[in-house]
Amino acid sequence: MRHRLGFAGKKLLRMVLLLLGVSLAAFLLMSASPLDPLQTNVGQAALGSMSPEQVARLEEYWGVHTPPVQRYLGWLGDFLRGDMGTSLLYRAPVRQVLGERLANSLWLMVFAWIFSGILGLVLGVTAGANRGRLPDRIIRGCCLTISSTPAFWLALLLLVIFAVWLGVLPIGLSIPIGADAASVTLADRLRHAALPALTLSITGMANIALHTREKMADIMTSDYVLFARARGEPKGSIIWRHGLRNVALPALTLQFASISEIFGGSVLVEQVFSYPGLGQAAVTAGLGGDLPLLLGITVISAAIVFGGNLIADLLYGIVDPRIRRGVACT
Amino acid sequence: MKRRRNRRQDTRLLLLFAAGGLFAAALVGLLLSDRAMVTDFSQKNLAPCLRHPFGTDWMGRDMLARTLAGLSLSIRIGALTAAVSAAAALVLGVAAAVLGRWADAVISWCIDLVMGIPHILLVLLISLAFGRGFAGVVAGVALSHWPSLARVIRGEVLQLQQAPYVCSAGRLGVSRLRIARTHLFPHLLPQFLIGLILQFPHAILHEASITFLGFGLPPEQPAIGVILSESMRYLTTGKWWLAVFPGFALVLMVLLFALVGERLRQLLDPASLHE
Amino acid sequence: MEPILEVSRLSISFTQYDRGVHQRRLPVIRDLSLTIAPGQVAAVVGSSGSGKSLLAHAILGILPYNAHLEGQLRYRGAPLTPRRMEALRGHEIVLVPQNAGYLDPLMKVGPQIRKGRRDKAARSRSLGVLARYGLGPETEDLYPFELSGGMARRVLISTAVAESPRLVIADEPTPGLDARAAGRILGHFREIADGGAGVLLITHDLELALTIADRVAVFYAGETVEEAAAADFARLERLRHPYTRALWHALPQNGFQSIPGGQPYPGAQPPGCAFAPRCPDARPECGGAVPWRPFQGGMVRCLYPKGGTAV
Repeated sequence: MRHRLGFAGKKLLRMVLLLLGVSLAAFLLMSASPLDPLQTNVGQAALGSMSPEQVARLEEYWGVHTPPVQRYLGWLGDFLRGDMGTSLLYRAPVRQVLGERLANSLWLMVFAWIFSGILGLVLGVTAGANRGRLPDRIIRGCCLTISSTPAFWLALLLLVIFAVWLGVLPIGLSIPIGADAASVTLADRLRHAALPALTLSITGMANIALHTREKMADIMTSDYVLFARARGEPKGSIIWRHGLRNVALPALTLQFASISEIFGGSVLVEQVFSYPGLGQAAVTAGLGGDLPLLLGITVISAAIVFGGNLIADLLYGIVDPRIRRGVACT
Repeated sequence: MKRRRNRRQDTRLLLLFAAGGLFAAALVGLLLSDRAMVTDFSQKNLAPCLRHPFGTDWMGRDMLARTLAGLSLSIRIGALTAAVSAAAALVLGVAAAVLGRWADAVISWCIDLVMGIPHILLVLLISLAFGRGFAGVVAGVALSHWPSLARVIRGEVLQLQQAPYVCSAGRLGVSRLRIARTHLFPHLLPQFLIGLILQFPHAILHEASITFLGFGLPPEQPAIGVILSESMRYLTTGKWWLAVFPGFALVLMVLLFALVGERLRQLLDPASLHE
Repeated sequence: MEPILEVSRLSISFTQYDRGVHQRRLPVIRDLSLTIAPGQVAAVVGSSGSGKSLLAHAILGILPYNAHLEGQLRYRGAPLTPRRMEALRGHEIVLVPQNAGYLDPLMKVGPQIRKGRRDKAARSRSLGVLARYGLGPETEDLYPFELSGGMARRVLISTAVAESPRLVIADEPTPGLDARAAGRILGHFREIADGGAGVLLITHDLELALTIADRVAVFYAGETVEEAAAADFARLERLRHPYTRALWHALPQNGFQSIPGGQPYPGAQPPGCAFAPRCPDARPECGGAVPWRPFQGGMVRCLYPKGGTAV
């Protein structure tokens, strides 16, 4: 037990260091940008008509002349105290913007994460257990095609089919246009989240299914499955008793590793459906040079990704008897 | 009776077909890039017809020409970025495995760090640092795709170094450079080439995505990302062909690359001897 | 007595890629014949990597999909069809594999022996067979990686005995064990045979095989070259085939002498007798057809056999 706690502690420390690295890297990249936030947001013409004092005030607001090191250290100090700065575009605390956006995105991402995980596992196991036969060919063909499809195009396609042609689902946003926030029902929210969630689930599923299939196919050619066959175990029982048991560990890793991809997909999908989530905020912040907001989004998403990896590592230790019983210490 | 083609012969055929198709698309698109810009307001918003199989957009530009030009652009950017990132992966992966513990720790940490940022977000950040546009998208895609391949190469080199014949060559006094040349390189090469080919589809998809979001190629370029982004404004009025055909063409091309990579990877697998 | 298993003229080949895109047929076992009676231990002895395990897989019907099988298998007087194999394997015909790698690494020993049955009878039966091989009830709760080499072998035998089989196929059951442990494990197989079942022992270790076997089939380059009573190995003069004689000379008690050269790889056998290039008595005719024939109380594949048990 003791070495397990030590293991978790070490992982946690590494995660904090990585997060620090992520924030620094993201900050450096953003401050290296030659794009002038004033020109992108205020516009060349408007800048020309302003007095030097006004321009100076704007430059101070956008932090144009503050040296990067000082800016980063200031940001880091505030961050450690729980203050993530103020979004320049939304003119609100980053924490508040992130909170609202994350709440919207979480709907999509959690649904897509669970749905793609379950479907990917089922399809992957089915394909791997029937390697080279018809179900495998169909599943593999579909999944390869989906993984070759850009998420945003799939979103566009679904939008054309369901929202434009069939007209059964709304085109975008998280609530009906012009509706009062208070009068929005849960059903409205679900209807608006359906297409983005479906898109995210499909794109996430393909990758998980393909990887699970590889693992499952390996398991089916393993010595222990050969022996199970020699012992007269029927195929269904082999898949159920040995296949699922052994595919569970890699599936766990895959499931948690897919968080990063789901997040990436949500950036594109939210953009297509104008869904006011974290991903859309990232694009807006990037286009508008809103450094504190983009930095906040990057750090939060990296924290979610690293957190997922950490949970996967810890779960591994609980599930895998080889680690649990302390033979193989990693 | 004619013998059925076996899997390897299939793969050879697929490879030839894919290489030919991609080369042709790159070339035709290049030749058509002028035509892709020609506007003709008497021909605007046409649904697919014989003269314009992919339809025309609101400026009367032929969508077939634009799609081909976009594909060509994607192939060229994909080749450039995949090559750069594969080279980076090779250098870093080998360095991590060969240069000792410290280098390994630092490079592995960097790999973890890069993999911790959601991919699109990372491409977006790098593209910003390079001021968006062509430079931004090329740098963004090239500098964000190396970690997974670098990790594979690192593992491969570490494993090779443990291999008995490499150990004994070292003990027999064969120089490190010579060992690298005669033992490591030949084993690494197929892995590397397949990694390179498998980078292609990713690179192309991310180029299109980042351009679609507005961080990549400028709107004047007939890139697939630009075409699809522009089509968004017209989809709700029923002009589906603006999005469907260009996207479909992109998917086909990426799928072709992915299939070739998959097949080659299977061939490399020693178990494929018995098909 | 009616034999439990008769293997006649069994050949197994694989479809494989040569260099590049061409496929070829690779023969691994050629023209193998063998008979096992109830209560008998029949050993198939051949050097490692000569494809002996495939014999076991062929009898159980679990060959890889690119394998091609010819010849005849008969089980208790009737042809052993794929359907029959499927019905019998794991019940009447059981396999004892080489090592713990054949156990599911993530499943405890107990459920593996019981094959997923959860009733009380199955439970007491699994405890019983474990106890028979000196393994306590706590073994049921161990994972395969927690078993020592000897324990793993006994667990594997337990999986077989838990089924009350008529034919036990043991595929290299001893490598990695010291001489005493190996002797004990083989002793268990002798007991099983004494209980009335037939045992097919596949091994590369002639010396160990002779300690329990009734009959020995010698395997060379995918072919059986001699089938003899184990007792024949007591005296060199009784052995028929030159390769068997070479094996006899290589036994520790007979001077440990080995002959130069090695077995040809599958697909690279010379025409005619595969042993001819290494045979001290080879003659030009050995390059032609060499039949498998009865000779002096045994079987041999040689044009100029010696010895035999004079009748």
